Amino acid sequence: MSKKTTVKAGGKASAKKTLKSAAKTSVKTSKKVTTKKHDFGGLSEEILLRMHDLMVKSRVLEERLIKIYKAGEAYFWIGGPGEEAWGVPLGMLARKGQGLEHDWFHLHYRCTPTMVALGLNMIDSIRLMMNRATDPSTGGRNFSSHYCFPQWNVAPVTSPLEVQYPIACGTAHAQKRAGKKALSIVTGGDAGTAEGDFASCLVLASRKGQELPLLITVQNNGYGISTPYEGQHGETHIADRARAFNIRSRVINGNDPVETYLALQEEMEYIRKTGKPSFIEAMVTRLYGHSSADGANKKPQLFDPVLSFEKRLIDAGLLTEKAAKKIWEIYETEGVVAQEQARQEPVPTPESVWDHVYVNNENADWRKF
Amino acid sequence: MASVAQAIRMALHYGETNLGVKDIFGQDVGAPLGGVFTATQGLKTAWNSPLDERGIIGMAMGIAMGGDRCVAEIQFADYIFNTIDLLKIAGNTLWCTNGQIQLPMVVMTPVGAGIFGSVYHSHSFDAWASRLPGWKIVMPSNPLDAYGLMLSAIQDPNPVLYLKSKALMRHKGEELIPGEPADEKELKAMIDKPVQNAEGWKPRWPDLQEYLVPIGKGKITRSGEHITVVTYSRMVHLCDEVADKLAQEGISVEVIDLRSIYPYDWQMIKSSVEKTGRVLFVNEDTEVTNFGEHLAYRVTQELFYQLMARPRVLAGKNLPGIGLHPNLEKNSVPQINDIELAIREVVAEVP
Repeated sequence: MSKKTTVKAGGKASAKKTLKSAAKTSVKTSKKVTTKKHDFGGLSEEILLRMHDLMVKSRVLEERLIKIYKAGEAYFWIGGPGEEAWGVPLGMLARKGQGLEHDWFHLHYRCTPTMVALGLNMIDSIRLMMNRATDPSTGGRNFSSHYCFPQWNVAPVTSPLEVQYPIACGTAHAQKRAGKKALSIVTGGDAGTAEGDFASCLVLASRKGQELPLLITVQNNGYGISTPYEGQHGETHIADRARAFNIRSRVINGNDPVETYLALQEEMEYIRKTGKPSFIEAMVTRLYGHSSADGANKKPQLFDPVLSFEKRLIDAGLLTEKAAKKIWEIYETEGVVAQEQARQEPVPTPESVWDHVYVNNENADWRKF
Repeated sequence: MASVAQAIRMALHYGETNLGVKDIFGQDVGAPLGGVFTATQGLKTAWNSPLDERGIIGMAMGIAMGGDRCVAEIQFADYIFNTIDLLKIAGNTLWCTNGQIQLPMVVMTPVGAGIFGSVYHSHSFDAWASRLPGWKIVMPSNPLDAYGLMLSAIQDPNPVLYLKSKALMRHKGEELIPGEPADEKELKAMIDKPVQNAEGWKPRWPDLQEYLVPIGKGKITRSGEHITVVTYSRMVHLCDEVADKLAQEGISVEVIDLRSIYPYDWQMIKSSVEKTGRVLFVNEDTEVTNFGEHLAYRVTQELFYQLMARPRVLAGKNLPGIGLHPNLEKNSVPQINDIELAIREVVAEVP
């Protein structure tokens, strides 16, 4: 773990460094990171290459979704390009499966990297993007990145921000009762922490003797749509708020997949061992803006965690440029083919609006009562 | 006879013993208080939440999502308003996920006026609740229905909002709950926590049996020929009283206790109005965009040529709150005289 970028919340000197190096990470800063080319924290080559592969896949998928939007084949795009170094390790490390003995995910709409790491097929994200009836998450009913995969305990992503935080306390409560050392994971952005639901989560998770096995995380990209972090927060770190509830808390450089992997591994182990919550604030990059509403164009001045990690691996001799290029090409082809297939697939029928108001399609139309 | 509070308590006990309820929670729901109306006294799965309505609803959603059954309480409906968007999400989760995620959860909350509860202990919620698609909404008027609707709510795979009239909490019914001892003193000794020297107290539960009131089914509490009165919850008793009084004058009033707001028993309303040709809807939520208006609209659309008089809605006045002084409360929500007057007017109307 990089001590330079991982700080215990409250350490003022290093805290400043973290904010500078991640939230508004520049190309200049990235050079500094990549000079430590052989520092992979003891992670195996297999894990490193797997992370790279999944990060590329997630990036290519997000860029495919943006292209679909720009081609006029979807109404709206929102997603998580720039959060690959955070999201991929999260998906890799969790105990994947269905039921209380597995980890639960309460994600927000920048979670594509985590979903890809869990095993999301590109086409299922594209089906969601293109509102196909075949979209497994919502059947064409909701925006891009609003995933729902019960087979992996992925709770539905909602547009209202922060509601996932108290909901995560509910699954964590049930998991604690089940006693299988599974945990709930909740993710969200920095701006959303202003909502009361964030505080609800800190309260519910930390009550003495009733602590919950919950990994509470915030991805701090420095913005809430157009509003910079600095104008909306009095706290030095959002992670500082967790400390007030006696929740173990740390700030990490979420642009570094190695640091993220090691930090997540450590915190997940702590939670499984103690049954108590832990808090991670990951400093990340919002590489393509908030959504299609502000253009969805890449911000070249910002740190790119995928390209940066790829360069580290090449510099360290773990990956060749040729092999890297091949990975990008394979996923690009997969995305194009998936889009072409999704285009041919059926869309929801008008009469399907009444489906699933109630379980088993019990009638919910008052005209038929 | 059990009170409504005792009936709910027994239903919750039945739920945690036989129907898989694992959490009954909310503010002051667990020991030592067992609920501000004692409806959760002595329950083994009851626990106290922080004073945080959004946390309560969110947690209930998570518990349900994880596959466990729970009953959550908002201490008074007056404090449920800050949870509206969570309630919306709970109602739309199955739909948004194309049928993938079920949220079998019950949220119960005391509603309505009638106890001089001032501005923030008198709100109604039925009209608001009727605008939460995906939820089922029930409003019992007596202990047996309170028991039977709670059991149905717990067993339902959808989220169910259980609106309980705070003024009816000590109301006793006329029918025994299956398994309830006939002697109410015996019941009290078994399941009411003593006011004093309660340390170490544990309830002795009667051998309760399953009794279900189907959600969406109303009940005719007074049969009549001249007018149909459709109501629910506390107002049922006022309407019944007026019906009994008017019967002595030869005015025959049919009273329907709707019991469920959504889905609602349209077939019962329809067949009654087809018979009487006149209808009055009575509830205590505010009158503008009131649930009774929806029913009146539907009657107008579907039964127009069978009507002998204009359908009418008698509801709470469209005021910001219900004032504490009896003069204020009584002039804000329907009173027995208002109901009698409205019935007389509709019955007297000549087409």
